[in-house]
Amino acid sequence: MMTDWEVVIGLEIHAQLATKSKIFSGSATTYGAPPNVQADLVDLAYPGVLPVLNGEAVRMAVKFGLSIGAEVARRSVFARKNYFYPDLPKGYQISQYELPVVKQGKLAVMLDDGTVKTIGVTRAHLEEDAGKSLHEGLANASGIDLNRAGTPLLEIVSEPDMRSAKEAVAYMKKIHTLVRYLEICDGNMQEGSFRCDANVSVRPRGREKFGTRAEIKNLNSFRFVEKAIHYEVARQVDLLESGGTVLQETRLYDSDKDETRSMRSKEEANDYRYFPDPDLLPVHIDEEFIEAVRATLPELPDEKAARFAQDFSLSTYDAGVLSASRELGAYFESVVAALGAGHAKLAANWVMGELASALNRDNVDIVFSRVSPKYLSDLLLRIVDATISGKIAKEVFEAMWSEGKTADAIIEAKGLKQITDSGAIEGVIDAVMAANPKQLADYRSGKDKLFGFFVGQVMKATEGKANPGQLNELLKAKLGSS
Amino acid sequence: MLHNLSIGELSRSLNSGQISSVELTRHFLARIERLNPALNALITLTATQALESAARADARRAAAGERGPLLGIPLIHKDIFCTDGVRTSCGSRMLDNFIAPYDATVVARLKAAGAVMLGKANMDEFAMGSSNETSYYGPVKNPWDTTKVPGGSSGGSAAATAARLAPFATGTDTGGSIRQPAALTGVTGVKPTYGRVSRFGMIAFASSLDQAGVFAHSAEDAAIVLQAMAGFDARDSTSIDIPVPDYPETLNAPLKGLKIGLLREFFDGLEARNAALIHDALKLYTSLGAQTVEVSLPHLPLSVPTYYVVAPAECSSNLSRFDGVRFGYRCEAPKDLLDLYKRSRGEGFGAEVKRRIMTGTYVLSAGYFDAYYLQAQKVRRLITDDFRAAFGQVDLLIGPTTPTPAFAIGAKIDDPVTMYLNDIYTIGANLAGLPGLSLPCGLIDGLPMGLQLIGPHFSEAKLLNAAHLYQQSTDWHKQAPRGFE
Repeated sequence: MMTDWEVVIGLEIHAQLATKSKIFSGSATTYGAPPNVQADLVDLAYPGVLPVLNGEAVRMAVKFGLSIGAEVARRSVFARKNYFYPDLPKGYQISQYELPVVKQGKLAVMLDDGTVKTIGVTRAHLEEDAGKSLHEGLANASGIDLNRAGTPLLEIVSEPDMRSAKEAVAYMKKIHTLVRYLEICDGNMQEGSFRCDANVSVRPRGREKFGTRAEIKNLNSFRFVEKAIHYEVARQVDLLESGGTVLQETRLYDSDKDETRSMRSKEEANDYRYFPDPDLLPVHIDEEFIEAVRATLPELPDEKAARFAQDFSLSTYDAGVLSASRELGAYFESVVAALGAGHAKLAANWVMGELASALNRDNVDIVFSRVSPKYLSDLLLRIVDATISGKIAKEVFEAMWSEGKTADAIIEAKGLKQITDSGAIEGVIDAVMAANPKQLADYRSGKDKLFGFFVGQVMKATEGKANPGQLNELLKAKLGSS
Repeated sequence: MLHNLSIGELSRSLNSGQISSVELTRHFLARIERLNPALNALITLTATQALESAARADARRAAAGERGPLLGIPLIHKDIFCTDGVRTSCGSRMLDNFIAPYDATVVARLKAAGAVMLGKANMDEFAMGSSNETSYYGPVKNPWDTTKVPGGSSGGSAAATAARLAPFATGTDTGGSIRQPAALTGVTGVKPTYGRVSRFGMIAFASSLDQAGVFAHSAEDAAIVLQAMAGFDARDSTSIDIPVPDYPETLNAPLKGLKIGLLREFFDGLEARNAALIHDALKLYTSLGAQTVEVSLPHLPLSVPTYYVVAPAECSSNLSRFDGVRFGYRCEAPKDLLDLYKRSRGEGFGAEVKRRIMTGTYVLSAGYFDAYYLQAQKVRRLITDDFRAAFGQVDLLIGPTTPTPAFAIGAKIDDPVTMYLNDIYTIGANLAGLPGLSLPCGLIDGLPMGLQLIGPHFSEAKLLNAAHLYQQSTDWHKQAPRGFE
């Protein structure tokens, strides 16, 4: 019998904190500057220099901790993680080890089937990023760019609570949403502002003990996380089913080949010789500071979703989608505000439907949407007041998207205004009935289904502009009277 | 002669126009030129810059009417302090080619006060040593007897001060590196409270123990210098933001009722002549109205082993930045990264530095961390608690600075443990972060000995006061080594 394998995943997410300067120096953190222009003597680890903690990084870490209901450590300690590498100028990385600033918290994640799963967050700690080694374009040499060295990171460590690649991605997306809501990280994955290491293991379902895990380093897209985990799970299952054993090791995901490769085994792992950094005092955080940070917390995604569901009678799913980012939520709310809460479902359908697909198709961020919330609500008002039908509105929307004009201007220019004049609609109905005597006879002898045929014919004749409600009513009356 | 005048006297002469800072600077530069070759106390001379700074000081005094107590007064910096545009070697081949691109806070403050840097003093490599024999630039000789060591690690600063090559010099003290050489060369040396003087720009040996201080010819001079050096610095997170008292102001405060603690542990097995000098000092203090109380610090005997875990642990990490990549020594034609690291560090560091890096790496490594590093931190806490308890009973602790006078060059260099035991009386203050002061209190076999005062945190004013009143009644601090009078 085949073993039923259960997958166990834990993630270590590195979120680059959106501070203006580095965590221990005054250098700027802007992405994409020419090599080494954002590295001062502290970043270069010159003899005699000392680190000074950026209080803004601490504030951001506390903000994150409060958002996941975690305990904020009243005392946390920076430690040195010692290893030699050219992009690590001091020969040690300053990180938090035994005493992180954020302790145990948790996060509710909605899965594809609509169920909600709670994922534990073991801890989140502050640390500095390393620089970059550059190997391309240099003959017989490696370059070092220390612009990134000392950039503040919040490392968010989950419990091994995820049971599939999809769950892992859902969790990572949720953290991604959260850090952007909190405005503590720009979430830009291409630039490496948000990335993760995945700890993956498998065990026969029902067994309590975890299998040996492999750590896949530096995954910088949701898609890579999913694919790397899939590959790794398959690799481990194959290995175990063919009688092998999984080694505890660090692996690298190669997205070109879609495979993970061993980087170093446990035996080759560095002894980091952590010890408290004597250049930095322990970080003491008092109640007053915590409350001051708490006062700056925005409405969180779950809170927003609950409010949307409650106030606008939306489904949990719709409310979840519309609160996935602060910007999307704000867009939706502006549209609803203009339309009235009674039309929230209409707004939701349009924001999640036409608007989302246009943004997606043209790869445009909602902040830069070519149809503004005002323009969209103006368009939807024309559906509400029966100037146009929903179907015509889609056509108008496309024109708005490409031409940047208002709904009214397009309706006017294209003559798309709905026909609401009963006399005019009746005239068309009469003409259609006259042109289709057979169908009329069949209908009258009981073939009710032909009602749709007549609707279609009238719509065709009016180029879709007949008001559907009126048409229904008038058509029923006309077809019924002989 | 100018070189025997106090800072106060020199300052008055400068203010009255009797001499100029340029003349004063020339005088000391000439002494250095003549006397330093026999001592090897200075390893970098900055004569041109010194004369420029002196001229600027003279101009400030003349034009702006400035009267700062250090304006135009020459000094020598230990070569552990970064000095903008001047080689900062830390006594190591590793930094033989390193021109610091900035001034340490201590350097900047003294510069702002108008003090004139004559040059940089020799020192044990990366401040690791008690005899100044580990320097890449060769040993410093004690001006009292050039076959003897001056102590270390600030041996160059101590010898230069003793030889009257400058009115004062800066130093650093991690386990006794100011007080021990001060004692062995017959000068006054002050190691302030940890956090009193900024460590920014001071090349780190053991960050939780390192503290900058001063060598001078008297407590009175030291008070003036410390006044300029001390104070909060936002660039050093371990610097402490409390006001700096007026040290010169309280030098003459009466000692009546002062409670002096005699540390039982310091006198156990103390050589008789050394003990006699301390008892002479106590007699003097008693005559000034102080009372003596015997106190015990039961964990103090553990200070040497504790120190030789904590200090190497921190140094093993602090010295990782010297990797041949960005500055300092780089080996010839490295064949790959590992080779670059191994040979740059292997060739750039001397034996004592390597010994401590290896010790430190060992005590921090997996499986040994708890037994060594954590255990040492616990003992450090116990020693600190012992001091705290003692200062509940007394105002100051008194004892010898060193077990013996200066020893012969070469006598202990091959026996690290014997060498480490030199610091037995000084290390406790570093582990507890306390201020300590050594002042000359007599001679043994014609070599100077030091009396050590240790006080509670931020009691520098009291230490200087007690030392000054001792010096008002004695003249040990005025004695110059023969040939350097």
